Amino acid sequence: MSENTFSLNLKTVNQIAQKTGHSIKNMWPSRIPLILIPPVLIITLSLAVPLIYLVIRLLQTDASIWNLLLRQQTLQALLNTLLLSGAVTISSIIIAVPLAWLTVRIDFPGRKLFSILTIVPLVIPSLIGGFTFISAFGRGGFIHQLLQWLNINFVPDIYGFGGAWILLTLLCYPYVLLTVRSALMNMDQSQIEAARTMGLNPIKTFFKVTLPKLKPAVTAGGLLIALYTISDFAAVSLLQYNTFTRLIYIEYQTSFNRIYAAVLALLLVMMSLIIVSLEMKNQNNNHYYSVGAGTKRHLMKITPGKWKWLGTGFCSLVVLFSLILPAGTIIYWIFRGLRQGEELIIRPEAAFNSFYVSFLAAILTVSSALPIALVSTHYKSKFSGFIQNIAYAGYALPGIVVALSLVFFGANYGRLFYQTLPLLLFAYVILFLPQALGTLRSSLLQLNPHIEDAGLIIGFSRMQILHKIILPLLKPGILSGAALVFLTSMKELPATMLLGPIGFRSLTTEIWNATIEAFYTRAAVPALILIIISSFSLAIIFKRKEDTEQKCQLQES
Amino acid sequence: MQQKRISSLILLTIIIVAIGFFYYSGSENLTVYSGRSENLIGPVFDKFTEETGIEVDVRYGGTAELASTILEEGDNTPADVFFAQDAGGLGALTYKNRLQQIPDEIYEKVDSRLRSPDNFWIGTSGRARVISYNSDLISAEEIPNDIWEFTEPEWENKIGWAPTNGSFQTFITALRIHQGEEQTLRWLEGIKSNNPRNYENNTSIVNALGRGEIEVGFVNHYYLFRFLEERGSDFPVNNHYTEHDAGAMINIAGIGILNTTSYEQEALQLAGFLLTPEIQEYFVQENYEYPVTGEVSIEHSQILPLDQINAPDINLTDLEDLEGTLELLREAGVL
Repeated sequence: MSENTFSLNLKTVNQIAQKTGHSIKNMWPSRIPLILIPPVLIITLSLAVPLIYLVIRLLQTDASIWNLLLRQQTLQALLNTLLLSGAVTISSIIIAVPLAWLTVRIDFPGRKLFSILTIVPLVIPSLIGGFTFISAFGRGGFIHQLLQWLNINFVPDIYGFGGAWILLTLLCYPYVLLTVRSALMNMDQSQIEAARTMGLNPIKTFFKVTLPKLKPAVTAGGLLIALYTISDFAAVSLLQYNTFTRLIYIEYQTSFNRIYAAVLALLLVMMSLIIVSLEMKNQNNNHYYSVGAGTKRHLMKITPGKWKWLGTGFCSLVVLFSLILPAGTIIYWIFRGLRQGEELIIRPEAAFNSFYVSFLAAILTVSSALPIALVSTHYKSKFSGFIQNIAYAGYALPGIVVALSLVFFGANYGRLFYQTLPLLLFAYVILFLPQALGTLRSSLLQLNPHIEDAGLIIGFSRMQILHKIILPLLKPGILSGAALVFLTSMKELPATMLLGPIGFRSLTTEIWNATIEAFYTRAAVPALILIIISSFSLAIIFKRKEDTEQKCQLQES
Repeated sequence: MQQKRISSLILLTIIIVAIGFFYYSGSENLTVYSGRSENLIGPVFDKFTEETGIEVDVRYGGTAELASTILEEGDNTPADVFFAQDAGGLGALTYKNRLQQIPDEIYEKVDSRLRSPDNFWIGTSGRARVISYNSDLISAEEIPNDIWEFTEPEWENKIGWAPTNGSFQTFITALRIHQGEEQTLRWLEGIKSNNPRNYENNTSIVNALGRGEIEVGFVNHYYLFRFLEERGSDFPVNNHYTEHDAGAMINIAGIGILNTTSYEQEALQLAGFLLTPEIQEYFVQENYEYPVTGEVSIEHSQILPLDQINAPDINLTDLEDLEGTLELLREAGVL
């Protein structure tokens, strides 16, 4: 009811605004605060660096490219990519939304532990994920041996679409989990109570009230998964599924043909732009904040009674496949190697570097994403849509393409910074800004725009409104965004390898160095450290989050 | 309060970044881009520094990625030396005029099959193409001595290969030179009709052989020994050398010196150092690779000495040949 009334009101406001010459859709540049313009322009230009590089390479191409583009294999790879991307996105949403709801809303045994463990798989590099997946599920692997022991003659076929789909789902679902969790935490308890008073049971409330409100968060996370799947190379190549990114790698690896690779990469960009615009269309016309008087209240936990073990069971199952199996395989490698007298090489320097660089990347990326998110949610215009498209367009690009574009610009036009830490951090910002953008946008969309008017009325300046009202309310979104960027920076490889200061070791370069020559034991140690450090970092981030939440609840009561 | 905390956080970030910037800035040493991994080659650089006093900065990465990086960097590349895992990367840099010729006194030390014909790069160690097989599933006598026999239907669903891998492509180039385009295409189509598994690289193939996923695989010889060290001697894989065809050709890991270097003397010293008996012996002992100079030989029950391998004599890096190989792989529907 109230929603309908409100949208009616919005229409009236819009009509009035149009009559007086201020269309809401065309507020920019009259309403966008001047202070936001320079950072937004600089960040947008930075995000466009890989695209500019690709266009430069495109201009060097000749007619021979058509032979490559018009091959049947190219079309097939394109279809394969779309199919995989869609399938991984859907299955991840199906896993992640219930997980988020359980870990935020339901007080089941082990909730706190699971709310961390279910996110950790995000930090497993797809290279390690692929190796462990093959050793666990492939012929001669754990599962196969277990089946043989049970006298079941069945060999799971892990290669091709099925394996790639399952593996990428297990590695990617935390994207949606993180965005949806922060949206759930921001949600207003009174809306749910209203639904319950009207006689809806908790499950119906979930579908009718909660789920529709989660749409921006699901979309933001789903978009990241769709685009990440397009860009992933290690998982699809290990599981022998031919996607478009694999074609790009073939160009680099086999003929060293950067021009063909660039043309293929531009096709990927176009593909991702189509996906982005489809998903954005989906959410732009709705509003997701609660209206009406009263203080916003955080969600209360439901104590589920006799069904409580169901939550524990579902979480355990997901954690078993997405975390315990890979981590278990890694630990098995360590023991197997030690038994053969392999040395364990532990370089604390690599762990420190990974942590420190990812920590900085998280801070820098979230702060860069904030102006863009503000502009794209609060000052809707063609321009802000354009910025957002640029931000996401690069996200579907394989890491190697982004890294090489920065190599090109860095070595030729920014020698002072080339292969230094600032350039590496710049690369992370470009690579991971869309992740922070997604969580920030979905949090911002949940804010009632009138909150700013309220701030103005009590005499705050715009900066004060930002500091004292918007930022504190965005905290869950900021923390989730920072967690996402932190975890993905921890596992980033191509940019770290090519753009880091010379001699720079990170956990991922150590892992890569070892796996390439089949030093499994030596790869296992940094992989395990990666998982452990990330789990502790997540625990700290979410401890803060829960503390804030509790503080808010105390203040309310 | 909130404001204070945020500004102090920003300040902290700036300080940390600044420290990092100065801590890691610039390299004033001989710089190597190495496609060979640190686990195998790191000790060699350490020994070089120890013996000559020349400090070396190394960037480790994939051979193809590093070759592309050097091409993107252009004349501003910080790299002085490129150490490649296969001849393809060195060929790409030669073709784009990025390498300088290596003087004869060093170049001539290397076996003529394992160096560029025009002095642009030298092999520093060699590896043979072999057929690796799972010895639980198949016996040595059943492995053909001729790569053509693998196109027979009895090998259906039993073969693993890595068509996107540099060493495989060099092998196909050799096959083209040895037996001609048409025959090579026929071989590729013959294998393809046996539904081989496409692995990412040699290690994935050997790993799959160990698990019994495939029975035979076309790989470089030395990966097996790494697995034996890591998994113990009951790892059920063995090597088999084919005879008189490209199936047993020799590939290299090698180095080239960038023509933009300002450390030419140091780079040449490194090249010479890699060919000393001490280091050649290291490649043999630690990594089971073939030595490239006459002074050192390999003795191992499972490794056929270099002079007993009947490999065709080909130029490993002619890039036109590489393009031709890709064309052929595409025509056969393998890539």
